[in-house]
Amino acid sequence: MDDLEYLKKSPWGRFWFKFAAFFKSLPGKLKAFFKAIPKQLKKLWLAFAGIFINIGRAAKYGDWKTRMSFGVMGFGLIARKQFLRGVIYLLFELLFILYMVFFGWKYLAKMGSLGEIARVEEWDDALGAFTYKFYDNSLLILLYSLLTIFIMVAFLYVWYQNVQGNLLSQQLVEVHRKLATAKDDLHSYANENYHKSLLAIPMFGLVVFTILPIFFMVFIAFTNYDKAHMPPNELFAWSGVDNFVTLLGGGVSANSKVFAYTFREVLLWTIVWAFFATFTNYVLGMVVAILINKKGVKFKKLWRTILVITIAVPQFVSLMFMSQLLADQGLVNNLMLKWGWINKAIPFLTDGTVAKITVIIVNMWVGIPYSMLICTGILMNIPADLYESARMDGVGPVRAYLKITLPYMLHVTTPYLITQFIGNLNNFNVIFLLTGGNPSSLDMQYAGKTDLLITWLYKLTVSESQYGIASVIGIFTFVIVAVLSLILYNRSKSVQNEEEFM
Amino acid sequence: MIEVKKKYRSKKAAERISLVVIYAILIAISVVWLIPFFMLIVLSFRGEQVGMSSDYLLPKQWSFNNYIKLFTQTKFLRWYANTMIVSVAVTIVQTIIVLMTSYALSRLRFKMRKPLMNIMLILGMFPGFLSMTAVYFVLKEINLTQNLLGLILVFTASSAMQYYICKGFFDTIPKSLDEAARIDGANRHQIFVKIILPLAKPIIIYTILTAFIAPWGEFMFSSFIMLGDPDKFTVAVGMKSWLDNSTLASEYFTVFCAAAVVVSIPITALFIWLQKYYVEGVTGGSVKG
Repeated sequence: MDDLEYLKKSPWGRFWFKFAAFFKSLPGKLKAFFKAIPKQLKKLWLAFAGIFINIGRAAKYGDWKTRMSFGVMGFGLIARKQFLRGVIYLLFELLFILYMVFFGWKYLAKMGSLGEIARVEEWDDALGAFTYKFYDNSLLILLYSLLTIFIMVAFLYVWYQNVQGNLLSQQLVEVHRKLATAKDDLHSYANENYHKSLLAIPMFGLVVFTILPIFFMVFIAFTNYDKAHMPPNELFAWSGVDNFVTLLGGGVSANSKVFAYTFREVLLWTIVWAFFATFTNYVLGMVVAILINKKGVKFKKLWRTILVITIAVPQFVSLMFMSQLLADQGLVNNLMLKWGWINKAIPFLTDGTVAKITVIIVNMWVGIPYSMLICTGILMNIPADLYESARMDGVGPVRAYLKITLPYMLHVTTPYLITQFIGNLNNFNVIFLLTGGNPSSLDMQYAGKTDLLITWLYKLTVSESQYGIASVIGIFTFVIVAVLSLILYNRSKSVQNEEEFM
Repeated sequence: MIEVKKKYRSKKAAERISLVVIYAILIAISVVWLIPFFMLIVLSFRGEQVGMSSDYLLPKQWSFNNYIKLFTQTKFLRWYANTMIVSVAVTIVQTIIVLMTSYALSRLRFKMRKPLMNIMLILGMFPGFLSMTAVYFVLKEINLTQNLLGLILVFTASSAMQYYICKGFFDTIPKSLDEAARIDGANRHQIFVKIILPLAKPIIIYTILTAFIAPWGEFMFSSFIMLGDPDKFTVAVGMKSWLDNSTLASEYFTVFCAAAVVVSIPITALFIWLQKYYVEGVTGGSVKG
């Protein structure tokens, strides 16, 4: 079918054509995806093998100084008078050995069992207090084992750099080139190695406070860490994929059935919520922006400032205040009863369905000013002559909106929409401060009718100590968010080419 | 001729009507958006104690009692100071980290640049709270739970991931500036400090503004780390503790309103003052993604 035939179709015909085309292309895409896997694997393997080839080369062509540095890091550098670098390598190696001997191996050795000696209290008359014999703490064992693995990987990387560096120095000497002095080395950290100086601290923070904890929680998902297995009093142990089975409904116990049911309910509501919260805010925010921007409307700045105030007032203040106003005995209900508008208090936050609508509406109140701001800036960039020529052709304002404004906005703000959607999937504040996830439900495990995955996760960890299950929910949340954003990101062109936007 | 005039006139009338409708909508919107704040302020001056379940809005007795109670009988000042300390520290550290990361990712070319950006993108998809438990135990090991320093660490440790908007801004600064400076013998550090930073004023202000405001509204991490020690609460956690059960809520509701006013005023003022930079930041960021 060529373009002309396509254009002849009715809007619905075009829609169905695109719809069918998507599914027709699906097998091809999947095939391409699976075809690409061996290629990627091969690439990975080559990169991996390259490391060993380089090490092998260093062993083959290296002189005795370079070969010594395989065991004593930095030896070759020191022997070639590059003291600063050499000494740092050596110190690093010594620290690593000390760490492993006195700390690391003790934990790593127990990683398989997560500890076997439980804590036993013994009353000590002499001290007048409980004393404990040596005991294992599963939590610390897991945490420090992971830390040790991280440090070992870092050590291997530094060791590899050391071997390469030694070989390079040797080869430079062989071709009678001058070696970098300590001063040169230091200077390079403000120049060609400047990224290392800039990124060292940010990346350290990222590894210790984000990456290590994420790995830790992923491992926790495979243990039976819950209320009955709380370190330091109790041990916990590996439990395989039990937690996953429980959540997905494969478990046999009644408890696990309830968990599976809760998971489905909460997941469904999370997606519905994220969709409506994003969609309503975006569309209505744009409408407000268009109204304010319209030619002839005065006091543009005033209208905008009024809305911006709501962004400025801390969100928790307005949300908690709203939750008080909208309570069954709250001011809003009482006023409406008094004025005779209603006969019975509206259960804004206490009836499942009504509460769901309430949170979406209140979220509009919170979010519209923000999307209004964003849309305002972009609306001004739409070339005015587009509208001018549309008007010449007798196009009304609604059609102009649908055919010019909306496509332009959607095209430009896709990244924003995606981040908003993902942000709403994990929108803790609005739900937790407004309804607290309530109204609670008897059918659900530790969750209420407006709970999102993230607030359920919060409850499961903070008040119920169900760490194992909570971690699995976290992993599922990640998978959902990752899949959705991969699909959406691939569809938006502006993300693909970074340099084009300069 | 008359036809045309008529048409012209009716068009003008239509435009006028549409303007009136727009004004009506805008006024309605303004009312809807401002009413809660109006109620908040009015309730904070309510002298009589009837809790939240009253059926009238304007106080029968106007008084400052709620404010007096707030500053003399509650821990509010303490919480306010805590939040301020955390906020200022977070602002300084986070701004520096974000600027460093953004510059490195925008201007420098190194082997790990693209993978690093991808890794941070993926890390951002993990629910932040998931890692909270582990962070809590790490902090506990170094005795930093129920401690302001611990909270500052948690807020700032992963600041690098917020490089997006700032990097987008750096990308728009012409590269020819760097090249000219390099020809004049400047090293990369000098280019960063002496050329890029002075040009990045709007985005620095945006970063400062968002970093400063975040701790005031953050609830999840603060409540988890400060669990059980009211002396270390931030305002958000503390004020939430007043509304946790209905007996407390009926006693503290008007005090809560007073506290909300006290918290909101400086931040709103700051915000309106720096509105321009904020708008620039979010608009730029949303387009570039």
